[in-house]
Amino acid sequence: MAGRGRGRGRGQLSFNMEAVGIGKGENLPPSTLQPTPIFPPMDHKPIPLQTSEEAEYMLALKQELRGAMKSLPFYIRPAAPKKDVERYSDKYQSSEPTDNTIEWDPDWKRLPRELRIRVRKPLKEKAPTVPRPSKQTHVDKEEIIRKLETLEKKEEVSSDEEGEKRKKQDEEEQEGEEEYDEEEFEEETDYIMSYFDNGEEFGGDSDDNMDEAIY
Amino acid sequence: MTVQEVRLCGLLLQEHFGEVVEKVGIHLLGSGAQILRAIAHETSTPLDLVKKSLCVLVQHGMCEFRRGRRGPGGAVEYHASYERVLRILRYPRYIYTAKTLYGDTGELIVEEVLQRGHMTMSDSVRTVADRLTHNMEEGRSMEYSEVVSAFSKLVETHFLQRCPPVADVGTALPAEAGPGAPAAPAPTLAESHPDRYILPHINLTGRGKRRHPSDDSEVDSKGAKRAKMDASAASDDMGIYWQVNFDRFHQHFRDQAIVSAVASKMDQTSSEIVRTMLRMSEVTTTPTAACTQPLSANEIFRALPPSYSITRPILEQYLSLLVDDPMEFVGKSGESGGGYLHKALASLARATLESVVQERFGSRSARIFRLLLRKRHLEQKQVEDFAMIPAKEAKDMLYTLLSENLVQLQEIPKTPDHAPSRTFYLYTVNPLPTARLLLQHCYKAVGNLIERRLYETKESKRLLEKSQRIEAILASLQASGAEPSQLSEVEEMITAPERQQLQALRNHVNKLDSSENQVDETIFLLESYISSTETSR
Repeated sequence: MAGRGRGRGRGQLSFNMEAVGIGKGENLPPSTLQPTPIFPPMDHKPIPLQTSEEAEYMLALKQELRGAMKSLPFYIRPAAPKKDVERYSDKYQSSEPTDNTIEWDPDWKRLPRELRIRVRKPLKEKAPTVPRPSKQTHVDKEEIIRKLETLEKKEEVSSDEEGEKRKKQDEEEQEGEEEYDEEEFEEETDYIMSYFDNGEEFGGDSDDNMDEAIY
Repeated sequence: MTVQEVRLCGLLLQEHFGEVVEKVGIHLLGSGAQILRAIAHETSTPLDLVKKSLCVLVQHGMCEFRRGRRGPGGAVEYHASYERVLRILRYPRYIYTAKTLYGDTGELIVEEVLQRGHMTMSDSVRTVADRLTHNMEEGRSMEYSEVVSAFSKLVETHFLQRCPPVADVGTALPAEAGPGAPAAPAPTLAESHPDRYILPHINLTGRGKRRHPSDDSEVDSKGAKRAKMDASAASDDMGIYWQVNFDRFHQHFRDQAIVSAVASKMDQTSSEIVRTMLRMSEVTTTPTAACTQPLSANEIFRALPPSYSITRPILEQYLSLLVDDPMEFVGKSGESGGGYLHKALASLARATLESVVQERFGSRSARIFRLLLRKRHLEQKQVEDFAMIPAKEAKDMLYTLLSENLVQLQEIPKTPDHAPSRTFYLYTVNPLPTARLLLQHCYKAVGNLIERRLYETKESKRLLEKSQRIEAILASLQASGAEPSQLSEVEEMITAPERQQLQALRNHVNKLDSSENQVDETIFLLESYISSTETSR
């Protein structure tokens, strides 16, 4: 195709130029060597948008909806990863969303089981005030949590206290892991995760979290 | 699924559910059915975040799961539906339609259900009543029973439907399956359920509660918990969730489009007749049917609202006019008439295509386009002659249309050697592929609009934050009863040029947003045309 414009080119074409409507003397358009512009000029001006009460109301609805969706728990924000330094106060006042809490409670009956493992992760707001119960074995905890979960579904009313119990257990779990975490941090220098994340990722019941590289 | 669709889905997910969900959603859309671990690995996202995102997507019906292929113990697979994600674009229209049909109550119900994906009837009634009460003046409140009646109307007219129930509740509970035993990893949702439009028996009495501004913060922090306790205290409809029936809404949009097309082509009266016909067949015709059930003139006459005062002979005349009309919205089957929905959609889509060509390439190109639509196949010479456009210009326009893929070229060789001199070159317009092409353009346009809007807001982020802060200060000052001078002082913290900038930004964003809404109308038309053509084949 590139040779088309040069004198001898005519003869090389496999077809008769007149058949496609290009006369003898007419010039072929020059070949383009660059990509088309991103914003090509428009030959025809677009028609204006419809303006009506309906359109305005829909506009308001759209913007309202967009705003509302951002404040619903379905808008997932990843946990803020790094801050300049780790502060002592962080663990008491962070209201940042973390990766492993869920802010609304779905009907777990409708979801696959593997998705709901994290329902037993605590809401952290209440965590620091709870007194620590005595240690329990790992297996025990598993069972109790299972039981609690089913109970919770059956009688939603009492769900509040159960949540608290669960919290206690996880709390204590975190306590156990604390020192370990500290060491990790020192070795890995500046990669600072939020305190609670670590506790849970490690204390986690080895069934799912272990192969996820966190550090 | 095309690049444009994926891009638009990504933008919509990001805007409504955040970046994490976008990442997971895009991955699912791009890769098809996948298991949890693979998603987490390939998106390199923490497992917990992936789980959360999947919950969100499932909650909103944008993602489905099924048990793995390798028997009941196999891993659960997830797959997302891009069509469902693109519906987000149409949410404002659903809400608006609910408002026009059932007033503010209907609007809020549909809005709540859309925002939450699915919810129980008692939850939505309670939330809506509270919101309505909140907007009323002091001392008045909304009765639950009113909201319940609006809700049941929405269900009766099939705008809301039940989510498919969990088929085997027993195996879904881990406790019953036992810790060691291979429990069913995912609940199975029943495929078909006949009672999807049957209301549960709930008794909700009371009225919406007004939230007091003083305990706002407390409600926010513990809101979820408390709401849950409230709900569990009084709801008898646990586990029965309701979702918006998009097909029913689309059917409504389609009927409206047809009615308004008839109104603008013929007149108001005939549009009322068509409206009556469509309303009569709402119940008897399936949403995807190519035409309505045949209706006799007598039936139509009886169903016409008496306020139109259309007499029988006039109705007959209008019907014969509608039947003779080239749009073919109404056809005659034997001695009774029925509406051809598919043809109506095809006509509307064709009109859309024509107007797109007209607005982009001018009226003379549109003439060529229409000519080709009507005559099907034409040689270049014939196009020039029939369109009555000088050969050179016609050629130019035709080639432009060809290069934009709006017009197709078909070669019909006279001899088997395909020699150009012995070949017919026929130009033709193929509405279905052209509609598809245009649909992709529309998706791209919406994607561009959203990106532009994000860019605009990002550019003046600082300004927006400032104005928000100042508005917050003003509100708190007003609440504490500050003096007017103080208020004006705070107001002046935004300078005049800044105010102008804000105003300009607001204008731009409004324009971009309403463009999105209006492009969606075209998208809807083209989508329904394409899907109706596919089903009628």
